[in-house]
Amino acid sequence: MKAFRKANACKQAPYIVALFLAVAPAWAVQPDEMLADPVLEARARTISHDIRCPVCQGETIDDSNAPIARDLRIIIRERLVAGDSDAAVVDYIVARYGEGVLFNPPATGVNLVLWLAGPALLLAGIAVAVAAGRRRAAPEVVLTAEEEARVSDILKE
Amino acid sequence: MIVELGHFALILALMVALVQATLPMWGAHTGDRRLMALAGPAAGLQLLLIGGAFAALTWAFVVSDFSLAVVVSNSHTLKPMLYKISGVWGNHEGSLLLWVLILAIYGAAVAAFGGGLPVRLKARVLAVQGLIGVAFMAFLLLTSNPFWRLAMPPLDGEDLNPLLQDPGLAFHPPFLYLGYVGLSMAFSFAVAALIEGRVDAAWGRWVRPWTLAAWIFLTIGIALGSWWAYYELGWGGFWFWDPVENASFMPWLLAAALLHSSIVVEKRESLKAWTILLAIMAFGFSLIGTFIVRSGVITSVHAFANDPERGVFILMILGLFIGGALVLFALRAGVMEARGVFSMVSRETALVANNILLSVAALVVFIGTIWPLVGQMLLGRDLSVGEPFFNAAFTPFMVALALILPVGAMLAWKRGSIGRSLRGLVPVLVLAVALGLLAFAMQTGTSALGPIGLSLGAWVVFGALADLWARTGREGISARLSRLTRLPRADWGKATAHLGLGVTLFAVAAMHSWKVEDIRVVQEGDSFPLGAYEVRLDKVEEVQGPNYTSLMGTMTVTKGGALVAVLNPEKRNYPVAGMPTTEAAIDFGFTRDLYLVLGDKQKSGGWAVRSYIEPFANWLWGGALLMAFGGGLSLSDRRYRVAAGARRVPAGVPAE
Repeated sequence: MKAFRKANACKQAPYIVALFLAVAPAWAVQPDEMLADPVLEARARTISHDIRCPVCQGETIDDSNAPIARDLRIIIRERLVAGDSDAAVVDYIVARYGEGVLFNPPATGVNLVLWLAGPALLLAGIAVAVAAGRRRAAPEVVLTAEEEARVSDILKE
Repeated sequence: MIVELGHFALILALMVALVQATLPMWGAHTGDRRLMALAGPAAGLQLLLIGGAFAALTWAFVVSDFSLAVVVSNSHTLKPMLYKISGVWGNHEGSLLLWVLILAIYGAAVAAFGGGLPVRLKARVLAVQGLIGVAFMAFLLLTSNPFWRLAMPPLDGEDLNPLLQDPGLAFHPPFLYLGYVGLSMAFSFAVAALIEGRVDAAWGRWVRPWTLAAWIFLTIGIALGSWWAYYELGWGGFWFWDPVENASFMPWLLAAALLHSSIVVEKRESLKAWTILLAIMAFGFSLIGTFIVRSGVITSVHAFANDPERGVFILMILGLFIGGALVLFALRAGVMEARGVFSMVSRETALVANNILLSVAALVVFIGTIWPLVGQMLLGRDLSVGEPFFNAAFTPFMVALALILPVGAMLAWKRGSIGRSLRGLVPVLVLAVALGLLAFAMQTGTSALGPIGLSLGAWVVFGALADLWARTGREGISARLSRLTRLPRADWGKATAHLGLGVTLFAVAAMHSWKVEDIRVVQEGDSFPLGAYEVRLDKVEEVQGPNYTSLMGTMTVTKGGALVAVLNPEKRNYPVAGMPTTEAAIDFGFTRDLYLVLGDKQKSGGWAVRSYIEPFANWLWGGALLMAFGGGLSLSDRRYRVAAGARRVPAGVPAE
């Protein structure tokens, strides 16, 4: 019984939704946030595609409906209008909200493991396959001259 | 009373599963035919009992029996009947009951249709299935019992999450589970073969239909989920690389690999050890997926901390089954010696490449999915991994796969010639490149993604057709056409599934690169351009639904003055769950979807409106359906019918 009350208490947490998808319907970017300059706006969208909403689980601030996501979208636009580069804007947000907001972890330090895992595993897979292929090919039967003659005899018949 | 009967039936089913897991296994060991024969009836009885338990829970949902805790948290009297029923599996406890029900269905299917299997192997397969049943029914009864009564039943329920009240999602979990649990068959066959100490071509033929069925269901389940996300979540995305999605995608990739490697076992008696390992890992990833979804450890650390017993229990099941199977695998490595040899250039090698790419891609998804957990537990750092990583790290594997697919599919077994295989593909290559160049010239942007996706998709699609054509021989057109109709269904299945993959690849690239988005404030009566279309917001009015209230917009889309569609996007509010949802209005088209979303009312008057043109959206799910249909064709081939191949092997061959 106790377990049940707990499950109910979780209802507000993304538990139940997470059964299927950890996302809620989103209104995301609102018209009143958008910049008039299409180039700056496009840069803002690109940046916010890679920033995780700090209070949601797997959502970008571009998709999220949470108030903090809206705040972050506005901050990004303010920094861009102030003349920051894209990298400076991202640094500005990371400095305030931590590296956890980066959906695209930079390929440095321990994150190299993440980025290099694919190529490394691919090479390892190819190496194993080639080694296994060699081993398999090795015992290929080589016929003696006598056997060759018999084979051609049989084939002639 | 009915609920208690269901509860009791579930406990009885656990007991039956215990019998099924032990006695037939012992019988197979000692050669006792009576004990082995117990497995079939036990599997049937288990299905009957779990089916009864499931029916009892369904009944409780249908009549809204609010003395049941799960019904209270997931249902409501006002809910439409379809969602009352889908509410049975729209929650943790009920969905696990569905899980064991499907496990029992597969077990009973082996008992019923596995007539051609050697008695010993069949007994062992069913025993392993029984053991999985024991583990999951214990999990269900001990940590997540759906039959808990409440001492003080409330007057009404708390409603099912409105997002889940959707026909697409009503059938998404059953299909996904049919796939997940279907992989348990491959696992059981692998473990039974290891215990038996015998892996041969016949084994490959027996395990393949089950894997194929599981893969078909997974394909449909994933496609349904992705389609649901596309039209329900309101921004036209179809895949988010969310941990829960990845949980279903990893088994799909491994099942696809297993599907291909079991062909090599069947036809060439090679890659045996690898195929067995893959069968174990595919089910392992199904369990990992279950763990990720059920424990909430990755999506929400909070939920895990609240209720660790479930997560720990699934981890124990995972450790027991996968660890045990891997130990068995190591002990029996000797029996999996390959018989067939093949040269570096051969169909076998191409299938090995397919397997490496698919498995490594699955592992990349896995590492990306657990990386935040690794960061938190081992590094003490808050790390996130999302779409940009997966797009960059995963896509190259799919591109490589698509590049080698048409060539590999036409290579001869044992010793092939790339030159010969390529010769038939020259027209395909020319066509693919030409289409890509044409798209590049026609599109407005400079991004190469769309054209490359088109080329790649065309290469796979027409490559599949060329493969089919090449199978008709070298005579005149009419002779080849008539032979085309007589080709085995497996050939058609292969071509259809590959074609579907090509279509899906193209659609993914197209939706990524040619999507048109517009966000703006629109006054009622005003119109705005969207690509080549003109969209007018006619009015917004309040509408009453069965269990929700809605603000419904009426929007007219025209193109060059001609009416294209009148669409009604909605903002709904479900008062019981206290949750708003958006209902996008979509005009589905062959080459594009028009996708309109109504946002909030603005202070300045007017409404926030988001509109999209989603190019080739239907092709994405159409491609997935083609893949599933191709799998179905292959499954219906005479050669692969569950028991057909088995009869060729004389009964009672002693275990080696």
